[in-house]
Amino acid sequence: MAATDFAQLARDGLWHNNPGLVQLLGLCPLLAVSNTTINALALGLATTLVLTGSNVTVSLIRNAARPEIRIPVFVLIIASFVTVVELVMNAFFHQLYLILGIFIPLIVTNCAILGRAEAFASRTTPAPAAFDGLMMGLGFTGVLVALGGLRELLGHGSLLRDAPLLFGDPGQHLTVQLLPVDQGFLLALLPPGAFIGLGLLLALKNVIDSRARRPVPTTQTEPLTTP
Amino acid sequence: MGGRRRLIRGMLTAAMLLAAVAAGGVGLVALIQQLTTDRIEARQAEQTLQQLEAVLPAGHYTNNPAEDVRRVRDTRLGTEQPLPVYRARRNGEPAALVLTVIAPDGYSGPIELLVAVDTAGEVLGVRVVDHAETPGLGDAIEARRSDWIDGFRGRSLGDPPRDQWTVRRDGGAFDQFTGATITPRAVTRAVARALDYHREHGDALFQDASEDH
Repeated sequence: MAATDFAQLARDGLWHNNPGLVQLLGLCPLLAVSNTTINALALGLATTLVLTGSNVTVSLIRNAARPEIRIPVFVLIIASFVTVVELVMNAFFHQLYLILGIFIPLIVTNCAILGRAEAFASRTTPAPAAFDGLMMGLGFTGVLVALGGLRELLGHGSLLRDAPLLFGDPGQHLTVQLLPVDQGFLLALLPPGAFIGLGLLLALKNVIDSRARRPVPTTQTEPLTTP
Repeated sequence: MGGRRRLIRGMLTAAMLLAAVAAGGVGLVALIQQLTTDRIEARQAEQTLQQLEAVLPAGHYTNNPAEDVRRVRDTRLGTEQPLPVYRARRNGEPAALVLTVIAPDGYSGPIELLVAVDTAGEVLGVRVVDHAETPGLGDAIEARRSDWIDGFRGRSLGDPPRDQWTVRRDGGAFDQFTGATITPRAVTRAVARALDYHREHGDALFQDASEDH
C-alpha cells in the first residue's frame, strides 16, 4: 500500500467519513456516555481497541470467510474482543468499569465496528485494516471527547473531572475547573443536552466543510446598500 | 450429483469455519479471564471493604466485616432477592450490622444503600452504593455531592419518631432537596424500613444459623 492511501485512511476516519459525525453510527454510546470527558475518553479508547482488533482479525481470515457465514463470523470476533476489553477494564480500571457499566458490553452492537469489518477489513490486507480501525476509532473517540468536554464544561464547569479513574493518582492534576460553580447548566448533562450538543457539533463540521469547499471569492467592489 | 456434493461440502466448510472461529474466540476469552480473575476478585473485595469503611466508624470493629457475611431475604429490605448483611464484631462480640437495602421507589429506578446499625439500633452511617437519579438534582444523596446522607448518623427509630421518618414535605424530619423530593423520600423511607427489620431480626443475625428468614 502506498503512503498516500494511509493518509487517505486517516483523513477519512478522522474527518471525511467520521463514524460519529458523518456515518452517524454508534449513537447510543455516543449520547449516553458523553456526560464527562473521562467517561467519553474511556469508552472511545475501548471502542478503538475493539475496532482495531476486529479489523485485523477479519482481514486475516478474509479469504477463508465464506459469504453465507460472514456476518456470524464477524459478530463472534467482535464479541470476543469486547469481552476481553471488558475483563481487562474490570481488572485494571474497576471504578471506571462500574461507571460505564452496560455500555462496555454494548460496544458489540456499535454498527461502526461491524460496518468497518464488512465494508473495509474483509477486502484488504491486515496493515491497512489495522490502520483503518485505529483511525475510525480515534475519529469516534474525538467526537465523544468533544461532546463530553462540551457537556461537562456546561454542566459542571470543569474538564477532565474524575481523571484519576483513568490515569491513577497523577490524574488529579489534570482536572481543570474553568467555571467557579459546581452547579452548572443542568440541561447539558441530561439526555436532551447530548442530542443538542451532537447537533451543534454536526453543524460546526458542516460549516467548516462548506467553507473549505467554497472557491476563493472574487473581490466584491460594489458596496451593499444598507437601510 | 456433483452439484449436490459440492453444496454439501460448502456447507460443511462453512460450519467448520464458524466452529473454528467460535472456538478461537472462546479460547481467547477464557485465557484473558484466567489472567484477570484474581485481580477482578481482589478489586471487588477492595470495593466492598471501602464501602463498609465508609459506613462503619474506624475502631468500632476488629474483624473484617467484608468476610463475615450472611444473606437474608425480607421484603422490607426492598426486594425479593437475598441481600448481604455484613457483621462487624469487636473482639468477637457483636458491634454493628451493615444491611444492604434497596429503595425501590427512586425517581429513576431502584437505589441501593448500605445502612450500618449498631447493637442499640442507632444508625452509624448510610451510603448510596448504586443509583440512577438525575445528576445535579437527585444525586445529592451521594456523599461526594452533599452531606445530606450523613444526617442519618446517630438517628434511630425513636429519634425521630417512626412516623416522622420521611421528608419535611410529608411532615417528616428530614430535608428534601430543591427540585427533588422523590429521591430523598425514597432513601429516608428505605432507611426506616431497614431499622424496622433490624429491630426485629438484629440480634438473630449475629448467630451463625444457616436458615434464612
